[in-house]
Amino acid sequence: MTQSSDTAAETAASGKAAPTYEPRFIDLAERYGLIAALALLVVVFSILRPETFFTWSNLSTILGSQAVLVVVTLGLIIPLTANDFDVSIAYVMTLAAMMIALLNGQDGWPIGLAVVAALTMGIVVGAVNAFFITVFRIHSLIVTLGTGTFLHGLTLYVSDSMTISGISDWLMDLVIVDRLLGIPLEFYYALLLCILVWYVFEYTAIGRQMLFVGRGREVARLSGINTDRVRRGCLVVSSFMGALAGVLYAGTQGAADPVSGVSYLLPAFAAAFLGSTSITPGRFNAWGSAIAVYFLVVGITGLVFMGGSSFVQDMFYGGALVLAVTLSQLVRGREEQQF
Amino acid sequence: MIEPALAFSRLSKTFGGQQALRAVDFAVATGEVHGLLGQNGSGKSTLIKILAGFHAPDPGATLTIAGQDVALPLPPGGVRPFGVAFVHQHLGLIPPVTVLENLLLTRLSGRGGIARRWAINWAQERSAARRLFERYGLDIDPNVPLSRLSSVERALVAIVRAVEEIAAGNARVGHGVLVLDEPTPFLPRADVDRLFTLVRRVVANGASVIFVSHDIDEVLEITDRATVLRDGRVAGVLTTADATRDSVVGMIVGRQLQVASSRSAATASASASVTITDLSGGQVAQVSLALRRGEIVGLTGLLGSGYEQVPYLVYGALQARTGTLMLGSERFDLPTLTPAKAIKAALVLIPGDRPVAGGVGGLPIVDNITLPALASRFRPFLLRRGAMLRASRTLGDRFGVVPNRPRLPLASLSGGNQQKVILAKWLQLSPKLILLDEPTQGVDVGARQTVYQAIRDAAATGASVLCASSDAEQLAAICDRVVVLGRGRIAAELTPPALSKHAITECCYGLAA
Repeated sequence: MTQSSDTAAETAASGKAAPTYEPRFIDLAERYGLIAALALLVVVFSILRPETFFTWSNLSTILGSQAVLVVVTLGLIIPLTANDFDVSIAYVMTLAAMMIALLNGQDGWPIGLAVVAALTMGIVVGAVNAFFITVFRIHSLIVTLGTGTFLHGLTLYVSDSMTISGISDWLMDLVIVDRLLGIPLEFYYALLLCILVWYVFEYTAIGRQMLFVGRGREVARLSGINTDRVRRGCLVVSSFMGALAGVLYAGTQGAADPVSGVSYLLPAFAAAFLGSTSITPGRFNAWGSAIAVYFLVVGITGLVFMGGSSFVQDMFYGGALVLAVTLSQLVRGREEQQF
Repeated sequence: MIEPALAFSRLSKTFGGQQALRAVDFAVATGEVHGLLGQNGSGKSTLIKILAGFHAPDPGATLTIAGQDVALPLPPGGVRPFGVAFVHQHLGLIPPVTVLENLLLTRLSGRGGIARRWAINWAQERSAARRLFERYGLDIDPNVPLSRLSSVERALVAIVRAVEEIAAGNARVGHGVLVLDEPTPFLPRADVDRLFTLVRRVVANGASVIFVSHDIDEVLEITDRATVLRDGRVAGVLTTADATRDSVVGMIVGRQLQVASSRSAATASASASVTITDLSGGQVAQVSLALRRGEIVGLTGLLGSGYEQVPYLVYGALQARTGTLMLGSERFDLPTLTPAKAIKAALVLIPGDRPVAGGVGGLPIVDNITLPALASRFRPFLLRRGAMLRASRTLGDRFGVVPNRPRLPLASLSGGNQQKVILAKWLQLSPKLILLDEPTQGVDVGARQTVYQAIRDAAATGASVLCASSDAEQLAAICDRVVVLGRGRIAAELTPPALSKHAITECCYGLAA
């Protein structure tokens, strides 16, 4: 009933409106282009390397192992929506994994307690970031670059720059060993988080407030939103998600090394920006981010199967980041220039 | 008469059918301080912008500087080589860097000179700056960051820099012309004297000065002659020594001044529903106001009077130093008020700077319009998005938003329709006190009536409205009463029948002292 009257109102109004606002092919292409590109990549690599790439074991490995990157990316888009950067997230992840390895594997803490300790560390780091950013009005990029580098040093110090192993099988079972429909459980954790972030962004007042804080901070402030509190919340949650990614990482590897987590930072940023060009173009969004992660990972895996060396990875991610940001800027620009 | 230092003749400018300047003749004699006066919209700033090269005049105008013809239109900054330098109200200085670096700024950006050298001889530049300040009798250390200087010292630095620019440019012709565009509105009286001392020294060296101002007393004090613009025409050229305040105000406003019915500040009446007591903060000092239910009160004044800060101070968006707000029987302490608390108390603020403070252009109308009502009306943890769209559509209908399509980005609407969305965003909350800042800024003439009607309707339902505006016509059209501020304090109050566009303008200028 209401539905039909809505439609009638739309139609009546559109009589006067410029026709350019009708849903057009280009809008759909923009919204679902990344999914199509991902499908195309899968098809191309499957044709080129059918015996290695297009196997269930390879696909399920990709889906499972990249869950960590999905979680990092989901963590990133939370402060990004409020227009803050968190480059410390990958270092929080590394330290969290290292804490689990040290506390559980080396010192014999119960695994549950080690996980809680790692997650608590994430919250503390987020609070420190938020304190410097909102109290002293320092740019988030600078603060998180500093805290991130500090944590990197701390990780090297506590681990003596060594890989620490011996993490409880219980965590590994829960993360990577146990499977549902042939896909490791961690994939489903990432999926749950994705649904959660999507719900918060789309269906809560907090999500709208974050969006306005990011896109028009003065508008948000005059609308009665406590912008500092929103930003602090986002930064704490992103660090917490970084720590959560660290828990999954420790469970995936059964060990922790002090450096490799850092390599998640750039792909996560690339995926966040690339994701903001699709599904809900012009906004950082959960599903777009997840799809972008798999797009980038399929691309890189395919290139490696084609015989590319490891340096291909850096070139690919670096190039993808700049291209993704350019694309997202074009999408936003297009949106804002509609007069 | 001696050859003028700078002269425009038959200068016209049309903006999309609106004539901002109509065949204006404007001449500045060598060695004089020449005032340029007029209301907002009289064409003063258009004239200055044509000289600065920001606007191209209509064909047929000529410009001569010290007897030499200058081709129009000028490119931006193209008048510099002719020895014309500008000091705008915002000075063009960079606070965190040193005074010396600020002095060099224009030379660093220019072609030739210092920008072409391999290394800057800082010692030499520093002593040159010291000598320069000495020559103008200024006690300013070139090594300190500009941010440590007071506002007047910054203005002095900007003026000295502009004068130096004229001298260093080896003006091809004449002694140069310095344009001071509203340099004084934020300065206390004693500081204005320091600034004028410097202006007199500049003139003593042979240069001419164009002094653009709202402040009649200042113009009478510093200028030799003045040109008054009204509605794009020259209303008259005065020799300052022979002019009186009243004759100048009359020329600006367009008729002889009748003593404005100014009374002292309003005292709280028994039926007041909103009472603001002893509000200070920003440029505003000890403002007290009482508004009845359904009353629309205008706030105005000249640039620098602080009237436009009052809505933000009352809303808690700018922090007040002192003041209380009584809303019915509720009492609020203004220095601790925040926008969130204000909204809860049924206050709303509709800000003037729409793209920055009013709404987010890139986001849909529905998101903009429902923002302040999300938590109260649409279930904060499972937003009823269908209801949001319907509410947006209903509000759009009520306020006449065209096209009324909630999913469009706000920026895709015209300025007037965007303003209707912002009005709808706030008026849906059924506020008790509506604070407005320039409610029709960037709104086309047709949509203005809708905006006025929306404000009147809100008042008719019992809200009190406080509307800050520089547009006397608008205030006369919608307000029951207009309060005029001068130097941060309430200086006069106009009520019908004395409430008219002319009376408001006269009152503003009449109080400029």
